[in-house]
Amino acid sequence: MSRPEFLLDGVAVPFDEGQMILEAGRAAGRYIPHLCWHPDFPPHGSCKLCVVKVAGRHVSACATPARAGAEVESDTPEINAERRMLLQLLFVEGNHFCPACEKSGQCQLQAMAYDLEMTTPRFRHFYPDRPVDASHPEVLLDFNRCIYCELCVRASREQDGKSVFALTGRGIHKHLAVNAESGRLADTDFSADDKAAHICPVGVILKKRVGFAVPIGERTYDRAPLHTVAMPKSEDDA
Amino acid sequence: MTRDLETATDREHLRRVAIDPISRVEGHGKVTLLLDEAGQVHEARLHIVEFRGFEAFIEGRPYWEIPVMVQRLCGICPVSHHLAAAKALDYVVGAVPVTATADKMRRLMHYGQILQSHALHFFHLASPDLLFGFDAPATQRNIAGVIAAHPDIARQGVGLRRFGQSVIAATAGKRIHGTAAVPGGINRHLSATDRDALLAEAGTMVAWSQAAVQLVRRLHEADPALYDRFGCVPASLMSLVRADGAMELYDGQLRLRAADGTVLRDGVPSHTYMDFITEAVKPWSYMKFPYVTDMGPEAGWYKVGPLARVQNCDFIPTPLAELERRAFRDYTQGRIQHASLAYHWARMIEMLHAAEVIRDLLPDPDLTAGERMAGGPRAPAGVGVIEAPRGTLIHHYWVGEDDLVRWCNLIVSTTHNNEAMNRAVREVARRELDGRQLTEGLLNHIEVAIRAFDPCLSCATHALGKMPLEVRLLDAAGECIDTRVRDS
Repeated sequence: MSRPEFLLDGVAVPFDEGQMILEAGRAAGRYIPHLCWHPDFPPHGSCKLCVVKVAGRHVSACATPARAGAEVESDTPEINAERRMLLQLLFVEGNHFCPACEKSGQCQLQAMAYDLEMTTPRFRHFYPDRPVDASHPEVLLDFNRCIYCELCVRASREQDGKSVFALTGRGIHKHLAVNAESGRLADTDFSADDKAAHICPVGVILKKRVGFAVPIGERTYDRAPLHTVAMPKSEDDA
Repeated sequence: MTRDLETATDREHLRRVAIDPISRVEGHGKVTLLLDEAGQVHEARLHIVEFRGFEAFIEGRPYWEIPVMVQRLCGICPVSHHLAAAKALDYVVGAVPVTATADKMRRLMHYGQILQSHALHFFHLASPDLLFGFDAPATQRNIAGVIAAHPDIARQGVGLRRFGQSVIAATAGKRIHGTAAVPGGINRHLSATDRDALLAEAGTMVAWSQAAVQLVRRLHEADPALYDRFGCVPASLMSLVRADGAMELYDGQLRLRAADGTVLRDGVPSHTYMDFITEAVKPWSYMKFPYVTDMGPEAGWYKVGPLARVQNCDFIPTPLAELERRAFRDYTQGRIQHASLAYHWARMIEMLHAAEVIRDLLPDPDLTAGERMAGGPRAPAGVGVIEAPRGTLIHHYWVGEDDLVRWCNLIVSTTHNNEAMNRAVREVARRELDGRQLTEGLLNHIEVAIRAFDPCLSCATHALGKMPLEVRLLDAAGECIDTRVRDS
């Protein structure tokens, strides 16, 4: 019996019942941009970069189940413009100084901006005051670059079993916090071997003393663009 | 005496003329002149109007980020800041010395930087004044004019700069703002492909650099009345030299030579610079005025850069540049040259030296293979001193146990030359402008003197030919009687 299909930008994409649009597209080799989605975790739906248009409505592809016969628009000028605006909002909300950032070339936010041809920040910068946390001997936290994807929160809680990180505050005052009375990473049981230490898509959670060890030309997105790197390398990966 | 022109005794009835901005230099600055009704100059000052906050916003950042971040204060000599910071932080990570590969890769990068910066300054920025005359029409006095009138010179100038940039790209990863020098070493080797491509051109670059030295030398010999006198400001000379007295641009110890040629201080360890130099502050400029501490601000100021380095060393350790250094010395029968325009001659000798070093270093197998990183016991602080294209550059950092920078001090090359440039401005104002009708060409004489130092006024680049100039002449009553505007 053949699998049901939906149309993604006019191309038939098969899916399994209960599979989300983003996952099904990815399994079929069709990339839909995303930042907070990760194959190891349930959909989060917070970054909204995976926005697609289904039956006239803009929905998150990571959290919307695929339906047989649905027509999904993703790589269109309208949807990409919306994604670009979301990116611009993320850039001005934090302090993202790519030229001197050690994550440059390995940062998904930067790579996404290149992919979506974002050429200006467009909006007024917030320039928030976010001191770094260098208390841990092996890992530096640079909160300036946080995009609130909560991947570190989820990884620490669900895979490391530690709950080192949390988002706190509401609305515009929302920020990443360390779950210790002092607020310092050194006062938690966080380890550089934790899953949470290696999952940040931007430059918040950084292994100390190795920034810029990888030369220009050999960084992840020097070699291939995000829409290639983000795709599964094998069927198991999908 | 030019000292009296720093501050006018009675400013009330003087008219003010400003050259703002100064063109064909790196960064932004202005000159103000105060003149009386007879056109006599009573005050001449070079002001640096930009303010950089790097020393402040580096504090609290992780130390490994610094060599990449701090180089952003300049688009022309970022390599110098990149390397000075890396050298300082080598002490913090206990990597003293760095490996042979790291040392040679950094040196190659640095000499590429010297080559491209000197070529840019001489051919693109300064040569129009020298080839066409200080008073030539402004429409001709630019690189486009050089291309039209002297296409071979222009082609070689552009080619030399391109080659220098290619050396930087091959060693740093990018032509501007690379990331290769890291605390403790270097993050890449030179590829065999890049090495071979650079080697194929290296001989030509040496020949073109020789031709550039000859060009400046001919200009001096053709008009000694101008070249030996214009903007002449006798001063002490400071630079790094190697332990054996050789010219050394990447590392070494500080030497101070008096205006008459006597060596005043020698073998000063660069990390003791704070005991050696004091920075004075004046209320009318953002740029400090350094002086040798135990000589005091009146006697202790000095010049840095090519004119200092070529005359401070005992010899240049590459044969062709050494021949030219001797010719430079013999031109004045061994007396120290202090004329501002001699900077150009010295600068081209250094460019030749850089081309020779690059040619000779490229085949070295340590560049393409070998250990890149070193390390050892941590230290809380480090000082990195390097001879940048414009002169001695000092970076100094204190780093906490948490790896964040606690404090930093940067003394950039142009700062050392602040007093000398101001004195050159006063000298030219007094000799060339006193009592004369101001014209664009006449005001350019002031700029020519500043340009000779190749100052990097705010460590920022500007697009050539896009710097408008407006000079307003006010009478004693404050009424505008004359305006000259140079559009972009």
